[in-house]
Amino acid sequence: MTTKVQEPAVAGGKTGSGDAAASGASPALALLAGWLVPGAGHLLLGKWVRAGLLMVSIVGMFAIGIALQGKVYTPNTGEPLDMLGFAGDLGSGLLYGLARVLGWGQAPVLVAVADYGTKFIVVAGLLNVVAAVDAHSLASGRKPS
Amino acid sequence: MNLSHFSAVLLFSLFTSIVFAITQRAEPKKMVRFGALCFVLFVSGTIAASWVMWLIKH
Repeated sequence: MTTKVQEPAVAGGKTGSGDAAASGASPALALLAGWLVPGAGHLLLGKWVRAGLLMVSIVGMFAIGIALQGKVYTPNTGEPLDMLGFAGDLGSGLLYGLARVLGWGQAPVLVAVADYGTKFIVVAGLLNVVAAVDAHSLASGRKPS
Repeated sequence: MNLSHFSAVLLFSLFTSIVFAITQRAEPKKMVRFGALCFVLFVSGTIAASWVMWLIKH
């Protein structure tokens, strides 16, 4: 005869310990990795497919923005809108550092679609922040799976 | 690289919908449905806004 031991119930019927939370990666590490490299937070948690899709989407969006000759914002220009753009761009993590080092997005805007490129770059950074926070939620168990 | 306005809309909608689906839903089936919904709403919303702007101008 076997005896089944049931886990104690918590509010909402969830234990708060999903597969990702059991993978051992700390929430802070998942957040940091996800911010620096798009999809890396999910990769640490063993979510391969999600990590790949996030990486392709965010890096693809950033690359299209650069290819459209979009602007990469720099800090300390004194313009409030530029500061917001810089905050968005910074969300891309190492991609932003790479763009600054290699001088991408620094040329003056000459074509109409370059404005689309600027928006693609900013939104790629913002989406990367969302993805990194999602990795944090998975690692902490706040998001079940 | 040179994109048409509509292809830029399609690419933006596709990538954004993928990220929204993965981050806002927990189960794969719900992710696909939510991603498809986001994509359709992004594209149709842009087309609707374009027609509104055309009507305002004319």
